[in-house]
Amino acid sequence: MSSVAASPTLPAAEVVHPRRPSTLVAYRWELRKLRSQKRTYMGFGLAIVLPLIFVVVQSLRQHRGHGGDSIFAAQITQSGLATPVLMLLFESVFFLPLIASLVAGDIVAAEDGNGTLKTILTRSVDRGQVFAAKTLAALTYGTIAVFLSAVVATVGGVASWGFNPIKTFSGSIVSASEGLLLVFAANACYLIPLLTVVCIGVLLSTATRNSTAAVVGAIGFVILLFIISGIPGLEGIKPYLLTEQFENWHGLLRTPTDWAPIWHSLWVCALYAAPALIAGYLVFLRRDVAGG
Amino acid sequence: MTEDAARDGEAPPVRARGLVKRYQEVLAVDHVDLNVNVGDVYGFLGPNGAGKTTTLRMALGLITPTEGVVELFGRDPLREGAKALEGVAGFVEAPRFYPYLTGHKNLELLAALDGDGAKERIEEVLEIVELVPRAKHKVGGYSHGMRQRLGIAAALLRRPRLLILDEPATGLDPAGMRDMRRLIRLLAEEGITVLLSSHQLPEVQELCDRVAIVDRGRVVYEGALTDLRRQGGAGYRLHTTDDTLALPVVQAQADVTHATADEHGLSFQADEHHVGILSLALAQAGIGILALTPELATLEDLFFRLTESDGASGRAPITGDGRGPDTQSVVGAS
Repeated sequence: MSSVAASPTLPAAEVVHPRRPSTLVAYRWELRKLRSQKRTYMGFGLAIVLPLIFVVVQSLRQHRGHGGDSIFAAQITQSGLATPVLMLLFESVFFLPLIASLVAGDIVAAEDGNGTLKTILTRSVDRGQVFAAKTLAALTYGTIAVFLSAVVATVGGVASWGFNPIKTFSGSIVSASEGLLLVFAANACYLIPLLTVVCIGVLLSTATRNSTAAVVGAIGFVILLFIISGIPGLEGIKPYLLTEQFENWHGLLRTPTDWAPIWHSLWVCALYAAPALIAGYLVFLRRDVAGG
Repeated sequence: MTEDAARDGEAPPVRARGLVKRYQEVLAVDHVDLNVNVGDVYGFLGPNGAGKTTTLRMALGLITPTEGVVELFGRDPLREGAKALEGVAGFVEAPRFYPYLTGHKNLELLAALDGDGAKERIEEVLEIVELVPRAKHKVGGYSHGMRQRLGIAAALLRRPRLLILDEPATGLDPAGMRDMRRLIRLLAEEGITVLLSSHQLPEVQELCDRVAIVDRGRVVYEGALTDLRRQGGAGYRLHTTDDTLALPVVQAQADVTHATADEHGLSFQADEHHVGILSLALAQAGIGILALTPELATLEDLFFRLTESDGASGRAPITGDGRGPDTQSVVGAS
């Protein structure tokens, strides 16, 4: 800085009341930060690799003459559209919640650990805006992971076994284009419980200030609910467990469409997501930023 | 004039009253009052763990005081959030950035979170801190000094009227420290009020016009640096034809205190009137004065006297006309 004394123009110190940036600006930068981190691509990599492995393994099984044990597994070689449905069945329970938790659990805690939280909280955005931007970014990441997996599975399945009509859970056959629509609608429905997991991950990330604890906590919560759902005598609470909502999309693949599980999952998930978000927001608003 | 403008025009850059921060059993900050006025280069001095950084975090709204209030240009960061930080910039502890982004991208991000055309100032502030050649490199590869400079650049993006810097020269090499001081002086000349936390006494002595000295969470002095040095008492060095004979003469004089001898001569404290009387007494005792030179207490002397005044240091506390702990400017001491 040897030339600082000769610097001709310094930012003038004057009374100004700048227009403060919107939450959208903070959100865009959260996405850019995600884009710049390796961790982001680990999750996306998993979302891409799993369907590819599935397609390869199913191709080998086909040559060995193995059949499937569900309606979609049975028609895997008849329609490529069975692949994304089977992938959603397989990934919805653990892998997609894990991928979503990787970012949700890290998004606040990592900044706390690195000391960058104090850097952004001393700029012109309020804490509430920062929390909203981070939550939206984590939700966006979860959404992209789900559809990325769906797209890879669809492309892989169609490339291997063709773009053909497909049988639904009810046994009725729908055209390939309608089947494609249903596949993506099913993934959209699955987002309801998945994004709830994201909200829980953001809460844990904010409250624990520890990325590992938050990621493990979010996925551990899902596993705990699975265990609870298997305990005899607790059947009464099963419909209200978050993990049961992971199957809400099945109703879309029935004829006629069964909307009941989707509406049910909407309000059940809201009961998990809203308190998590409110608690996370309040913790973030009131917390001491003493690290870094 | 709007209410905001009126408030900005009248309110001091920093005003803290009765700030307390308690972590369970630990009292980190104990009823701290601060008054930073427009145009001050204000030194916030104290040993490590004295509560400086905690106080600055409260000032920036990063942590909530257990008691008390702090206002920046009349606004409470806890109640008014980002609005209270308008015109305020700086960093506490080391400035932190995203290591996976370049220096330029980090500034772009922060400029986006500042709004108000901050993005257009990126090149300018990079030039000021001389980081242009490394601006496109990832911050993960920056040295400590470069991160400090990037921290200053990030602060300047906000066109601050108040700059809060926590130990800005810590970890810098001598050239880096010199450049940092030069930059702070330049910013002060531009009219930016600077609140500078430091435990580097020469830095504060060189840069600051007002200081607060904090010890174990309490402010033991707040006021002008020149007043503090004056309160430290006028010291004198004396060299005579026979220092051994001179010492009891000096010690016997009324209102001459802290008389000691070492290999370089004698030192004592007294006002000018009593120095005159002493010189006559030395002449009457047949002792010639070879040199009699006034010595103002250094900030370092005063700092240690204020922060080690429990007697453990063996140094004299600020007393007498200096009135150290008894004066109104000494806050929070008991």
